[in-house]
Amino acid sequence: MTKRGMIRLATLLAVLAAPASVTSAYAISDPAEMLASPAAEARAEQIGSQLRCLVCQNESIEDSGAPLARDLRAIVRRRVVAGDSDRQVIAWMVARYGNFVRLSPPLALSTLLLWFSPVLALLAGLAAVLLGRRRTSTVPPPLSEAERAQLAALSGAPSSRT
Amino acid sequence: MLAPLGVAAAAGVAFWSMLDRMEQGTFDPHGVPNPLIGHTVPDFALPGLAPAEGFSGAELRAAAASRPVLVNFFASWCVPCVEEAQVLAGLHARGLPIWGVAYKDKPELAAGFVARGGSPYSRIGLDLPGQVAIDWGVTAVPESYVIGRDGIVQWRWVGPFDPGIVSLQLDPVLRRLA
Repeated sequence: MTKRGMIRLATLLAVLAAPASVTSAYAISDPAEMLASPAAEARAEQIGSQLRCLVCQNESIEDSGAPLARDLRAIVRRRVVAGDSDRQVIAWMVARYGNFVRLSPPLALSTLLLWFSPVLALLAGLAAVLLGRRRTSTVPPPLSEAERAQLAALSGAPSSRT
Repeated sequence: MLAPLGVAAAAGVAFWSMLDRMEQGTFDPHGVPNPLIGHTVPDFALPGLAPAEGFSGAELRAAAASRPVLVNFFASWCVPCVEEAQVLAGLHARGLPIWGVAYKDKPELAAGFVARGGSPYSRIGLDLPGQVAIDWGVTAVPESYVIGRDGIVQWRWVGPFDPGIVSLQLDPVLRRLA
């Protein structure tokens, strides 16, 4: 690769890597959105990071730049200031958007498979390992005299060693 | 030996029916379930968008006591709302009461949008901050709800109406409520 090609590749990699480094920052763009009290703001951010943005769906409302997420962030902050507990704020959201709004869904009949899939995967893996071991653990029968002679002839070693 | 085949076949059938329902428009993988369905319309009061009168939750419940009402959240800035305008006009012509909620819209732009091609709405509430929409669990416009007797939300449609959705889904709901 030429020197110029190297530089081009390095630039490309840097550009591709750039978005990954900024995604951790919260989407609050307007400082006026934030609560004056750092403790209350931290609590609001903590609650908001558990709530799904209904527009982007794979982001929390704290991470999302969607207008609806901004409105929901404002509601979370209003309720925190009004003295609601974390649980009450989340219940307010669930009443409107269902459990789907929670990024970590509660344990229920419909989410059993979701919560226990790691256990199921572990059991399946364990079963596969056990089955595989049983299959290979049968000891092969000892070599017959003819086979031993053939092996000796192939390897060139005296047959009396075994 | 047959068990893995059976699992694969079951997964195939499930996947096929999912794709089929997506094609028909009865299944949306990005759909957000709405807990309001089966429950009474929440309390709210919206100012009107002149010349239409605004409305409150109580007025909506009262109107739905005699016949089903379609509530349609829309905005002038929303392209799918333009797409469904024709269908709404048709429903209005059939005599279905449609109450509109202008979501996060400038009053003059919303009024212009509604006036274009004749308003299908009996009443229009102006939800400038979008808070009433959040109380209804609206995620985007357009979104429509059928309100039945006792002010109970019977059905919801996310996205624009088209003639197929009306005949396959809305009409059976209205027949059931009639």
